[in-house]
Amino acid sequence: MNADGSMTGVSSAEMIDMHSPGGHGGHAGAMFREGRSVDNGFNGFDPTDVLRDFDWGRTSKLPDGRTLREWDINAIDKELEVAPGVKFPAWTFDGRVPGPTLRAKQGERLRINFGNGSAHPHTMHFHGIHPADMDGVPGQGAGLIQPGESTVYEFESEPFGLHMFHCHAEPLAEHIARGMYGTLIIEPKEGRPPADEMVMVQAGYNTTFDGQGNELYFVNGIPFAYMYEPVKVKKDQLVRLYLTNLLEYDPINSFHLHGNFFDYYPTGTRLEPSEFTDTIAQVQGQRGILEMRFPHTGRFMFHAHKTEFAELGWMGFFEVEE
Amino acid sequence: MRDGEGDSALSRMPLWAMALGVLAVVAAVLVAIGSFGGDTLPERKGPPIENLAVEKTVLEPGQIDLSIRNAGPDEVSVAQVIVNDSYVNFSGGGTPIGRLGEETLSLSYPWIEGNPYEIGLLTSTGVVIPHTIEAAVETPEAGGDFLLSMILIGLYVGVIPVTLGMLALPLLRRGGRRWTSALIAFTVGLLGFLAIDGSLEALELSALGSGVFGGDALVFLAAGLAFLTLSGIDAWMKGRRRKSEKAGASGWQLALMVAIGIGLHNFGEGLAIGSAYAVGELALGSALIIGFAIHNTTEGLAIVAPLASEKPRIRALLGLGLIAGGPAVLGALVGGSVSSDEIAAALIGIGVGAILQVVVQLIPAMKDEAGRTFTPVSTAALAAGALALYLTGLLVTV
Repeated sequence: MNADGSMTGVSSAEMIDMHSPGGHGGHAGAMFREGRSVDNGFNGFDPTDVLRDFDWGRTSKLPDGRTLREWDINAIDKELEVAPGVKFPAWTFDGRVPGPTLRAKQGERLRINFGNGSAHPHTMHFHGIHPADMDGVPGQGAGLIQPGESTVYEFESEPFGLHMFHCHAEPLAEHIARGMYGTLIIEPKEGRPPADEMVMVQAGYNTTFDGQGNELYFVNGIPFAYMYEPVKVKKDQLVRLYLTNLLEYDPINSFHLHGNFFDYYPTGTRLEPSEFTDTIAQVQGQRGILEMRFPHTGRFMFHAHKTEFAELGWMGFFEVEE
Repeated sequence: MRDGEGDSALSRMPLWAMALGVLAVVAAVLVAIGSFGGDTLPERKGPPIENLAVEKTVLEPGQIDLSIRNAGPDEVSVAQVIVNDSYVNFSGGGTPIGRLGEETLSLSYPWIEGNPYEIGLLTSTGVVIPHTIEAAVETPEAGGDFLLSMILIGLYVGVIPVTLGMLALPLLRRGGRRWTSALIAFTVGLLGFLAIDGSLEALELSALGSGVFGGDALVFLAAGLAFLTLSGIDAWMKGRRRKSEKAGASGWQLALMVAIGIGLHNFGEGLAIGSAYAVGELALGSALIIGFAIHNTTEGLAIVAPLASEKPRIRALLGLGLIAGGPAVLGALVGGSVSSDEIAAALIGIGVGAILQVVVQLIPAMKDEAGRTFTPVSTAALAAGALALYLTGLLVTV
């Protein structure tokens, strides 16, 4: 861990004590060696910043008066520290895993200037409603974007809701599993009630590249990150969590919240929740919006309720404060 | 070739100077290849080759200790450890492990007795090196109790039965030359079986090891060295006897060589028992102890076979019993603490070499009055010896 490392707030030793309520023979539960976390400085991104980092892009007016919203996104090969002492040759959008969280409003024109700075051909495939040549798959429209080349993807911001984008080059599973995915949030016209908003992208790293499951599971790029640096929220405040699942090689992911329930809006395409629950499942590409208020202060775990994924890194804490 | 000047200059040079000259040339060429040769060849492509062998697993409540060795060509860093699909806290192995380097990892994990565990060592490059614990059982501590158990096991299966076997000596003496050669044939059959059995066991064990020290080759090397060493000792003893003009006293010498050979074999036997006990895989029932005892009583018989025509000396006989049986105690102690399957295999290989050497020595002693080695009686006795060990061996599968 670097000097400006990720251990703000609580020391790892405190976390380990807290995590182990005693009576387990000193075993403090699933964790990395000595409760260490990765070097966010080396990676160039911090999972805590990724949570609330919404990229609204830059806007201009089209001749018809509508808003054009525009982003520049680059594919970059980057070695990441995915667990303390473990390096992974990731392929990324803009040098981070997950890629940026793009945010737009319903009724806008969206333009993505994509440059491929990676050594491999890539595409950007968006989930949404758009023409075939803007689908970002090989053989259609611009097709595969070769290293050093670029293209422009342009489409309407529809439908409103929570969407995702990922590379669609072959071999597809590996291009996604290497880290090439991100989030696209489209606001409904009427907006949503004000809330403490955050995004979590579920995924994994198959560090052995054998395509047989993953060695590491996480939200927002770094396993156990929110165990060591809990997600801070305020008591009684509305929390809105944009949750997507980009996990490869394993069929189903899930999200479970301790000590609380949440309203669930599948894909975020309706303004009425479908369910009030504490556990939901998502297959690959599935996503939804969770809304909750914490009536109690303290630490509440959240994790995949597939325990294997949880203990291989996909777990964290909310820390509720007054 | 024979032109006078140069030849005579060379021949006048002292031998040591010539040897030094040759060495200097060889060294210079090797240094040159070492320094510049590497650059003339392409570098190896592809990722590092990471290979770790878990040589010993020690389980204590809430903790699993793994002794690991780098058995591959490249450096390995163990970054994280997975036990049954969960990352666990651990200490040790904080620095990269070089080729042949050793490390001990202490894993904090609340294991449950009898459960299997799949351990994954996640290296700095993301490779997962697996290790399986078939059934978790607490490892006995190498304290006083353990020491006492191992000494007792060694006595039961080694010293006592071998000494018991020697009680057959009075019978032998009554039987005469024909019986003696038959009994020696029986011994050869018995030892031949032990040699094969030991070889198989050593190779089986070496297959479990990392192979970093040569694996099977190390077993054969150990056997060969043991054979040569004992041959040398035997030749040296014969030479001394000739000097002291006691050419007739070879019965005791033969018995001593048999005792040493069997002793080295019993070391291997103790090793197997000790290591099985240490990992909790040994059911120390009375059936096993009795099985080993019967098995090893035949070995006592083998030792006294060459002594049929010698004067019995009780202290010397007890000494032979100790030489043949005592190493079982030692083997059990070592087996309970030795950390490498490969080393254990090599130790058993030593026993095999020793036994083969004894067989070579005993074959001339099989001759009957007419000087024939293979007679109907001796071949039957050979077969009986092999069968005796095979059958008693069935009682004792560790």
